[in-house]
Amino acid sequence: MTSNKKKIKCRSCNKDIEREVYLLNHQVCPYCNDHSSISCRERVQIVTDENSFIEQDSNLSSIDLLKFYDLKSYSDRLKEARLKTSLNSAIITGEAKIDGHKTALGIMDFSFMGGSMGSVVGEKIKNLSDLSIEKNIPLILFSSSGGARMQEGIVSLMQMAKTVSSIRRVMERKIPYISVITHPTTGGVSASFSTIADIIIAEPGVLFCFAGPRVVEQTIKEGMPEDFGLSERNLKNGQVDMIINRGEIKKTLARLIRLFKG
Amino acid sequence: MDLKKLGEVPKSYVKEILNSLSKLDKLKKVPFFTGIHFKDTEKELNKKIDEYRKVDRESRRIWRIVELSRNEGRPQCRDYIDGIFTDFTELSGDRLTGEDRSITAGIGKINGITTVVIGHNKGKDTNERVRYNFGMSIPQGYRKSQRIMRLADKFGFPVITFIDTPGAHAGLEAEDNGQSGAIACSIQLMFELKVPVIAILIGEGGSGGALALAIGNEVAMLENSTYSVISPEACSAILWKNPTGTKLAARALKMTSKNLLRLGIIDRIINEPRSGAQNDPKRMISIVERYISDALKRLGKYSGEELKLQRAEKFENIGVFTRQ
Repeated sequence: MTSNKKKIKCRSCNKDIEREVYLLNHQVCPYCNDHSSISCRERVQIVTDENSFIEQDSNLSSIDLLKFYDLKSYSDRLKEARLKTSLNSAIITGEAKIDGHKTALGIMDFSFMGGSMGSVVGEKIKNLSDLSIEKNIPLILFSSSGGARMQEGIVSLMQMAKTVSSIRRVMERKIPYISVITHPTTGGVSASFSTIADIIIAEPGVLFCFAGPRVVEQTIKEGMPEDFGLSERNLKNGQVDMIINRGEIKKTLARLIRLFKG
Repeated sequence: MDLKKLGEVPKSYVKEILNSLSKLDKLKKVPFFTGIHFKDTEKELNKKIDEYRKVDRESRRIWRIVELSRNEGRPQCRDYIDGIFTDFTELSGDRLTGEDRSITAGIGKINGITTVVIGHNKGKDTNERVRYNFGMSIPQGYRKSQRIMRLADKFGFPVITFIDTPGAHAGLEAEDNGQSGAIACSIQLMFELKVPVIAILIGEGGSGGALALAIGNEVAMLENSTYSVISPEACSAILWKNPTGTKLAARALKMTSKNLLRLGIIDRIINEPRSGAQNDPKRMISIVERYISDALKRLGKYSGEELKLQRAEKFENIGVFTRQ
């Protein structure tokens, strides 16, 4: 979405939206229902009970272990991301209440280096899993990520294993794990913790795939289907349980938690 | 200033150095600066060039290992199976939607112990390579291996995997069949197994497609194999925006066995015959055979619960970060 003072242009249908209407609608276009990426802090506002989010591990931050240097050094990229987002990593985690129910909640933020998963995301999800087990409260993770963080090399690949293993311990104890897929969720995140959940919810029109459209396009001769990788196609193919509008996600989570409590 | 040196510097840096040099030359021409020595600046630039040359040399050395790991003469999964296991019986299909030839799975014996063996195939000639999809698996392959790992768990057979893949297949059908979920579930299942799991990277260890079979109690790499979150080619395309960074990416990703042992990601390096496995496949196979029988002895001491816990602890402890 591009913004000017009072009106906002929808990136999808190009219609002008009153800024106030747009914000009240949780940054979803009222005309075409386009769900754009939102920051993790905004997501907390939308999903949790007021002032109920108690963040943990907020001081965990990445180290440039491999001294990774492409056109820029990883340390510089990290500095830029921290300045741009006022975040320390691509995920915030903690305890939060949803309609009065305590949960262990993690929310990824795509604006921090494309939501990529490195050591910090892995450790935070592990600690969140431990919180979920310790307090016996449902685990809920909102994904939004381009995949593993290349700049951490093999260590980032191993975070796929680390997150799956720690969440598996939650699931083994019969604590519900709900994964919410938001735009976009691909690569190492879609191929790890976000797809092993008891329940998988997706927002409408979200890109949710393993290989991105540009990569897949090169492997097929006929044109790409218009809905490639989108939540609607994933629903049709049996890869997600349901598609829920942003404004309805809190209600849906609360209902599911009540159902699991029996 | 020795401009010839620049020829050996990675292209992406040449521009930066030339800029500094031309600035220096311009400064020298300003009358105000006559008599002032620029030696320190020149020294610094020379130092920079030397540094870049070192990076370049190292990148080339690592690239040779990447090429070795992809060498077509290296023994492949099928060669290890035929050379090491007796009575090997191949099993096919995921019992859901299909059969993926890029993964071979079956039961065989080593030292009188029945084991389940699963591995990627790349194929040796064009026909085979096409049939095996160049070792790039589709969801049916990962689901087949899960089915057979469950069988191993049920009957208490150790699981041995041979990893050799450029990565999971990227295609429309694979996506529609749930490629992400197939890989994630394979990782999840491997954490549940109550039998010894030995994972051996024999060539290319490409990203999630490799990790899906690599959750081992012991993870070993052949000396000249690689294991990486992304191929150097793809990494260069994303970060350098063109292929010029491929060799530099290979170095930056620290994808060789020595680096990965140092980082604590793998447990062991299996040495290859002089100049690489392709020079003496027979010997390579017998070295791997000895490794497997030793590893089975080492892991045979532990209970199923202990093995499961060891795998979880090992992988959950990987990560480097700070609290600030």
